[in-house]
Amino acid sequence: MRRIGIDVGGTNTDAVVIEDGQVAVAVKAPTSEDVTSGILDAFGRLKATGGLSGERIDAVMIGTTHFMNAVVQRRHLTKVGALRLGMPASASLPPFCDWPPDLARLVEGGVWMVEGGHEYDGRPFMPLDGAAVRQAAREMRARGLRSVAISAIFSPLDPSHEREAAAIVAQENPGAAITCSSDLGRIGLLERENAGLLNAALADLAHDTIAAFETAIRGSGLDAPLFITQNDGTVAEAAQARRLPVYSFASGATNSMRGGAYLSGLDDAMVVDVGGTTTDIGQLRSGFPREANSVVRIGGVRTLFRMPDLISIGLGGGSHVTLEPLRIGPLSVGYRLPVEGIAFGGTQLTTSDVAIAAGLIGIGDRNRVAHLDPLIRARVLGEAKRMIEESVDAVKTAAGDVALIAVGGGAFLVPDRLEGVARVIRVRHGDCANAVGAAIAQVSGEVDQVFRDLKRADAIARASALAADRAVAAGADRATLETVETEDIPIAYLPGNSIRVRVRVVGNVAASTGALRQGR
Amino acid sequence: MTRREFSFDDIEALAVGAWILGTGGGGSPYLGLLNMRRLYAEGHRVSLMSAAELADDDWVAAVSNMGAPLVGQERLTDSRTIARAVALMEEHTQYRFRGIMALEIGGGNSIQPLMAAVHLRRPVIDADMMGRAYPEAQMTSVAVGDLKPCPLTTVDVRGLETIVDNVPSWKWMERVSRKICVEYGSIASTCKAPRTGREVKRWGIHGTTTKAIAIGRAVREAQRTHRDPIAAILAVEPGKVLYQGKVRDVERRATEGFLRGRTLLEGSGDWRGAAMRIDFQNEWIVAWLEDQPIAMSPDLICVLDSVSGEAIGTETIRYGQRVTVIALPPPQVFLTPKGLEHVGPRAFGYDIDFKSVFAA
Repeated sequence: MRRIGIDVGGTNTDAVVIEDGQVAVAVKAPTSEDVTSGILDAFGRLKATGGLSGERIDAVMIGTTHFMNAVVQRRHLTKVGALRLGMPASASLPPFCDWPPDLARLVEGGVWMVEGGHEYDGRPFMPLDGAAVRQAAREMRARGLRSVAISAIFSPLDPSHEREAAAIVAQENPGAAITCSSDLGRIGLLERENAGLLNAALADLAHDTIAAFETAIRGSGLDAPLFITQNDGTVAEAAQARRLPVYSFASGATNSMRGGAYLSGLDDAMVVDVGGTTTDIGQLRSGFPREANSVVRIGGVRTLFRMPDLISIGLGGGSHVTLEPLRIGPLSVGYRLPVEGIAFGGTQLTTSDVAIAAGLIGIGDRNRVAHLDPLIRARVLGEAKRMIEESVDAVKTAAGDVALIAVGGGAFLVPDRLEGVARVIRVRHGDCANAVGAAIAQVSGEVDQVFRDLKRADAIARASALAADRAVAAGADRATLETVETEDIPIAYLPGNSIRVRVRVVGNVAASTGALRQGR
Repeated sequence: MTRREFSFDDIEALAVGAWILGTGGGGSPYLGLLNMRRLYAEGHRVSLMSAAELADDDWVAAVSNMGAPLVGQERLTDSRTIARAVALMEEHTQYRFRGIMALEIGGGNSIQPLMAAVHLRRPVIDADMMGRAYPEAQMTSVAVGDLKPCPLTTVDVRGLETIVDNVPSWKWMERVSRKICVEYGSIASTCKAPRTGREVKRWGIHGTTTKAIAIGRAVREAQRTHRDPIAAILAVEPGKVLYQGKVRDVERRATEGFLRGRTLLEGSGDWRGAAMRIDFQNEWIVAWLEDQPIAMSPDLICVLDSVSGEAIGTETIRYGQRVTVIALPPPQVFLTPKGLEHVGPRAFGYDIDFKSVFAA
């Protein structure tokens, strides 16, 4: 069983080959503007080490922080037409009503609210106003909107109005990317709608990014299926990930945390992953990131869907540094560090330049940053330390010192002593922890349906069995399946004691030859 | 000075504090807060008036959004429908309301009077009729006082308007208005029986808007300064910590328009090894430690996120959450034998005698 795990960060593309549960090879290549050549470069480096010879590769699993970075940095976002089905209800709180103004200005391409939606018991709230949907779709086309987010009242219970509206929009606006909020989720119109709007804003970036991944795999001559890793540490097929990029939002961070756990053997610890552009801080519980069980803010937007509970800050190895007044990030030179960083002959002062001047890392030309005197270095590194300490404290669930695993290419920005931290742990291959996490990602099976005339326990048991079958069908090893989520919501006023049950199970990818060794 | 303008900061603190006083129900005030943010951005302002300032023959409107909080998360509250319920009552009774008060300070209904007050340009009266959240119409101080239960107006955003002109009792009001609400889709904006200034001064639970703002301020300040928010609440309210632990299971069933069920907790720290169960009917009603009832209505049982100090509702509590359970003292009016008939454990079907967490 051999798998390639790849993490495409804003700065570096990391790749590992995992063989029988061990890291066989790990390489790093700069992320390229077109994504593809960076991955090809990484494949090339794997080949050069002999890592791709011999036995076949069973899967290529890619995780990326691209989508999250786009929202945080307000870049590469697509204008979105928001279509809400639910008038005359909820009119005083239209789509985008609780967005940060700067992000709303970039993403909002127009808001249309028409009659439709359902009651909590399945009755229509108002009949869907198909003519108004068609009119909205035409206006969107006239405005050149190519991505549409559709939300409807109670669509998680009955998605039919969203589906009908999507069909009309597709007729009027062929080729438009359409996100239905019911695909993302949970009860809570604004939060579900927000997740849908963000998903729609990533339509072009998701399309281009995943196409680039596929081109790179083909170009390297590999014959292995592509999987994209998701927020919960599991994988999805490429087509699914392209349609729902928000489910890959935090996959970079999740992979780093899972990789950190795998490499350190620690199941309960804080993980700080310093990339080129952002730092993610989260807490491991039993080897998995703690899942956020309430609203998660992404780039300042309230959302409610499957996400790890973590904090992202604009601190990385490529972060811009300004000295008067002192400020780090959130802008970053990203993958252009080896060109634009001062130590590399460029003109942009970055955190890496300061670390090079301080002798923390041996890259670039130290002479070029000799003008950064010890006082400046201390101020900048002190600011990075302060930013990390503040976030570690915010992620904590209890007072007291914790063990902290520092991973990622920018981990040199994490000092050995931090307030509230008992010890800082650095692991071998820690700079590729995210790629390791991608390679060990698991397969999930999910069921979300209404059961009638069953006792609660029986309904949950039935749903669990179905979810397990789905996971196995998707390639999971039945012996390793674990239930990670169970939720049931009774639905009143439907005949026969109806209950909606959602169950999710995960397991390791079944190995063709011998099971993948558990990390713990 | 008995009147003052709400700052937007006050309204944000009110939302946090009212959610805690909601004892698991009443719905999150977030959407009411969003409505107020938009209204304040448009330049509207609302002021708060002490109940003591009312003349005996003033008329006061009592408002609430009725229904399942779950529905409120999809059919989002709109300031115009609650204002319409009050306007409809004025049309029906020909009274001119001096001010607008909350039926229940707990949860989203704390913001409803502010939303109505914006459109009708009246002050909000600093009082309510529950001091918390409760699921039924007769579970109020005015019902304990045997004040007149009618008339009542209900409004749905689709143009449905119903007036319940006369009922013989609060129980009948509960049954009839609940049926209307369920037909509307389990959500309705309502204006309850109008109250005179004299009635509000005698039977209202006073100062609860101010109290909710104080609790909310304490939590927000603790969050800002990374101090323990639970301790911050207990510094402004004479409450008690009942339990700390993690959610192990949640069982819900929707019956007769209510969300009933129970949550099981497993203890940590001082409570390691001791299981807690909390039964709910929209709100937390009885907390059992090792199968012994240790806290019950009308004592306020508040389940809080151990980290943020913010309230966790019966609809949103989920497996794995780290929670702290605290009790806050109830309004005096509910501690009389008549009060306990309305809101004591037997009113919720538990054959146990009320014993307060705060009894000596």
